[in-house]
Amino acid sequence: MLALWNSQGFRRIFLQVAYVGGIFALIITCVAVARHNLDAQGISSGFDFLYKSTGWNIGFSLIDFKAVDPYWKVLMIGLLNTLFLGTIGLVLATIVGMIIGLARTSENDLARLLGTIYVETFRNIPLIVQVLFWYAVATRFPPVKQAYSFADSIFISSRGLYVPGLNVTGLAAFLAICALLLALGLIVWFSAANRFKRIEPNIRRKTRWLIFASGTAVAIGILYLGRIPETPLVSIPALKGLNFRGGIRLTPEFAALVIAIAIYGGGYIAEIVRGGFKAVGRGQIEASQSLGLNRFQIFTRVKFPLALRAMLPILTNQYVWLMKATTMGIAIGFTDFFMVVSISINQSGQTLELIGILMGGFLLINFTLAAVLNRINKAIALKGDQLRM
Amino acid sequence: MASVDYIPRKTVLQSLRDRYFSTLANTALTLLSAFIIGAIIWKVLNWAILGAVFSTQGGAEACRAASGACWSVITARWRLILFGLYPHEEHWRSGLACVVVVVMTVLSCLPRFWSGRAIAIIWVGGFLAFYFLMKGGILGLTVVEEAKWGGLSLTVFIFLATVLIGMPLSIVWALLRRSELPWISGTTAVIIDSIRSLPLLSILFTFAVVLPFVLPSWASGDKLYRVIVGMALFFSAYQAEIIRGGMQGVPKGQEEAAKSLGIAYWHRVSRILLPQAFKNALPATINQIVITFKETSLVIIIGFFEILASGNAAYGTGEWTFAFVEVYAFIALVYFVFVFSLSRYGAYLERRMAVSER
Repeated sequence: MLALWNSQGFRRIFLQVAYVGGIFALIITCVAVARHNLDAQGISSGFDFLYKSTGWNIGFSLIDFKAVDPYWKVLMIGLLNTLFLGTIGLVLATIVGMIIGLARTSENDLARLLGTIYVETFRNIPLIVQVLFWYAVATRFPPVKQAYSFADSIFISSRGLYVPGLNVTGLAAFLAICALLLALGLIVWFSAANRFKRIEPNIRRKTRWLIFASGTAVAIGILYLGRIPETPLVSIPALKGLNFRGGIRLTPEFAALVIAIAIYGGGYIAEIVRGGFKAVGRGQIEASQSLGLNRFQIFTRVKFPLALRAMLPILTNQYVWLMKATTMGIAIGFTDFFMVVSISINQSGQTLELIGILMGGFLLINFTLAAVLNRINKAIALKGDQLRM
Repeated sequence: MASVDYIPRKTVLQSLRDRYFSTLANTALTLLSAFIIGAIIWKVLNWAILGAVFSTQGGAEACRAASGACWSVITARWRLILFGLYPHEEHWRSGLACVVVVVMTVLSCLPRFWSGRAIAIIWVGGFLAFYFLMKGGILGLTVVEEAKWGGLSLTVFIFLATVLIGMPLSIVWALLRRSELPWISGTTAVIIDSIRSLPLLSILFTFAVVLPFVLPSWASGDKLYRVIVGMALFFSAYQAEIIRGGMQGVPKGQEEAAKSLGIAYWHRVSRILLPQAFKNALPATINQIVITFKETSLVIIIGFFEILASGNAAYGTGEWTFAFVEVYAFIALVYFVFVFSLSRYGAYLERRMAVSER
């Protein structure tokens, strides 16, 4: 026996089997105990509950939902809300981050100071403190009757922000935004990827316009199809009785989350942007100056493309992080995926299945996001002999 | 000679013009930035100091009349925010425990204590001192159950315990992940990557709410400790990747040399690999610790009475409901002081190491 233990080959196999086996045993024990405990409470296992009606309503939803609708629908709405919040939050955070990041790399001391103040203030305060703060601000606006109004079409009250909107379903609006984002991504990919480099500039320009135009057309088409019948196209909010009718209502929960994510994420993205611009070699800029390019051309043709390559891998991580940060909606009652799952657990008791769905959902979102961004990164990365330092 | 002596010098006015007013765009940028900075300074000064009310004498009524901040809510409720539901006459213990932690953090920032043993002694000793100060039961201190802990000291306790459990765990994960045995490294990689792609909240929720179903009742323990284990697990998954990055920076020759000298695995790891790996990973580790401190605030969602929750309670009831900005500003300041100083320290270390490697 001792001889067997002393043989390296046996030890290797033994250790691996013990490790993997131990982890599996742990998981199986946990599931078995859970089964036993849940059976004792009279909760049957399996995914049948997905087709039962929920019996409760949901706070924020892009598509119509009634209390009689089944669980799978409420989970899908949660997922959609998370994606909706995440998409808008990411876009806004990127815009804020770009502006602050450019200020941080500016040659002007005052602009740099301003950027530094922003980054150091908002990055050093936990996101949830900021979320709760903005929520407290958002719910303390005057009640509906005394709402602040701008040009009689935008209203701010304690029940949220009312803006004029198109009479379309929320789902259609979301899909239209997705179509526009997709077109934008395609344009970036087409402009930067090496495989399209050899196409003539004239045709390249035309193709870019074509992508842009078709993206816009698809978005408009989606909006047209998603129109709510027998209403004017543009709806303007107006006070009727005790509440506003028409327009788009941004709930205080949603507004607080978007603002907090944009401000907090913007601080982090600003640092990534700054790092990207710092990575652009001084020689590159001097070379383009000596070629007689003007400042705008240097920025759009030399600095930005090179900086983007340095930024994108880190930006991917940051986006995944921000996507996960949407779960903070539960702190103020925004019905994102996480909150919907946790209400479902409370109501239905199907703990294991719902936790599995929760984890699966987030793995799916984050892996997809990372895969898409890595694909773009791979397409625009410098390859082989292009790397001359 | 005369021409050599003559070097045209910029006057102050000229250099100012070059830096701030060289072009029209630059001038506009300067003026805009100066305006915004001035406005921020003026507003903050006006709100926080000039127009603010500090004493509780007039009560909430005096605050409503004032133009600026109402710091009297902090004067009136600071004990609630910092100490939560901890018994009033024992507040000095909670405060002293937080001081212990500050001393401990400062000590471990000094290079003279940078050895595995010294750091371990400081942290474990500090943690035990913190725990017994808070809990009592020895030296004639009355016992205060964990359920009554709250405010800043609860935040600090969760943070300390997370790092103390998570750090050794992360070393284990990192070693397992770079194991030569494919099944061990593969399985560990899957575990680490899965934890990293989940939101911290869902892990906390699972540990707080779901675990009692999954574990036999004798093994599930107090909710506070389950949440700490969950946070430690999350921290260790991130920290393991940082340490692994540090290990990859150790030249392969080091380990080969140690092997050829016949040094056993544990000695190789503890005396050669880990010290160098930790040195490489130090800035990233400090960054991760800072992030963990900020993430501690998430436990409010699981229903703990940490500083954010006690802050909500401080303005949430009675006469102070209008003073939420001041309370959040106070909490933000507490976080800011800790996070800002640690992250500045991390940046300083990074510069110092960059110099030493030149």
